[in-house]
Amino acid sequence: MIVNGEEVTREIEGRLLLVHFLREELGLTGTHWGCDTSNCGTCVVWLDGEPVKSCTVLAAMAGGHEVRTVEGLERNGELDPVQQGFIACHGLQCGFCTPGMMMTARALLDRDPDPSEADIREAISGQICRCTGYATIVRSVQWAAATEAAK
Amino acid sequence: MQVPGQFEYQRATSVEHAIGLLDRLGDTARLVAGGHSLLPMMKLRLANFDYLIDINDLHADLGYITAEPQQIRIGAMTRHRELLESTSLKEHFPIFADAERVIADPTVRNRGTLGGSLCQADPSEDLSAVCTTLDASCVIQGSAGTRVVSMEDFHRGPYETAVGEAEMLIEVRFPLRPGGSSAYEKVERRAGDWAVVSAGAALWLRNGVISDARVGLAAVGPNTAGIPEISALLRGQEPSEELFEQAGDIAARSCEPATDTRGAEGYKRHLAKELTRRTLRKAVDRIGERAQA
Repeated sequence: MIVNGEEVTREIEGRLLLVHFLREELGLTGTHWGCDTSNCGTCVVWLDGEPVKSCTVLAAMAGGHEVRTVEGLERNGELDPVQQGFIACHGLQCGFCTPGMMMTARALLDRDPDPSEADIREAISGQICRCTGYATIVRSVQWAAATEAAK
Repeated sequence: MQVPGQFEYQRATSVEHAIGLLDRLGDTARLVAGGHSLLPMMKLRLANFDYLIDINDLHADLGYITAEPQQIRIGAMTRHRELLESTSLKEHFPIFADAERVIADPTVRNRGTLGGSLCQADPSEDLSAVCTTLDASCVIQGSAGTRVVSMEDFHRGPYETAVGEAEMLIEVRFPLRPGGSSAYEKVERRAGDWAVVSAGAALWLRNGVISDARVGLAAVGPNTAGIPEISALLRGQEPSEELFEQAGDIAARSCEPATDTRGAEGYKRHLAKELTRRTLRKAVDRIGERAQA
């Protein structure tokens, strides 16, 4: 599969989940492994450009496809505006949900550069944050949208 | 850590290839589409197979929503998000968007499919109730060709369908009739959860009189069930609150809910009644809105 633009080849068991493949085979521990039941959304990565919960996707299913993880958000040493927004607006406290939140936020802004607060809340509704009450996450995504619009 | 039992992973490159693999491997094999029902069951070891046949590559062939004069055909690999965003379905069957908005969450909807939802045959599953409400039929392909079965015949019981060991659901067809609209309502314990009860309604008017109406309920029996008695009551009548009250009473009486962690039987009967009334009312309102537009 292609992970963050680089082709990787491994021999794996059929039952290996994508989240464990990324973390254990490739050492990409930015993607977190949370509830294991496709509820919490911290394991969200992109599969062919769409956010998916990688605890509910087999690594083999992603074979031959493109995967993008939180490590792939940064471009040429510069953090993605979404990442900058999470810093500027305190979009995280413990940081556990953050990789999934940012991957979903990036996908949302790519589809809709000017989302309403309701759009943002809907987009992240499959993800759970126990620290922020979501308010600062919404603000972080709005910051990223405004920053991108200003550019 | 939840991990499925060991299995051989196979990837189907065509419908015929998938059916050929099923034919050869028998009941030791299962198809996996979006995987958001099957993989959780495999992780809990409630489902164990020697072979898993991945059909996601068939999305190019089986991911479509095609409107024809008499029917809408939807490919079995069409994903929830595609159903939610389809302008054709919004126009003809607004019940789809109502239901899709409350099925799981946007990320899960990127993956899950119509065919997977129907083949899972969970009595609480919302798209099954939608298909029951819309009188859909299911196209099943095997090595000998295709056959078409109604939703009533498709679901044999909880987690059981008419799809044979070496067969595959490839398409769902929805008859198009003029003058109708539809709606879906669900009560859930928390966002994205399975339904405590949900109801779908589809209704057709001719000269202000109901020419046909259908109600489908989820989570109140072994399968999502249509209620013919309601259709019989409504046909030939003018829509009114009193009429929908009676329809709700029939829904409450004729479903078979069980008391469980999602709610008590009496509460579920109350919901069946209330949601039946609301969806019938909304379907009629939508016909009116469209006439004004």
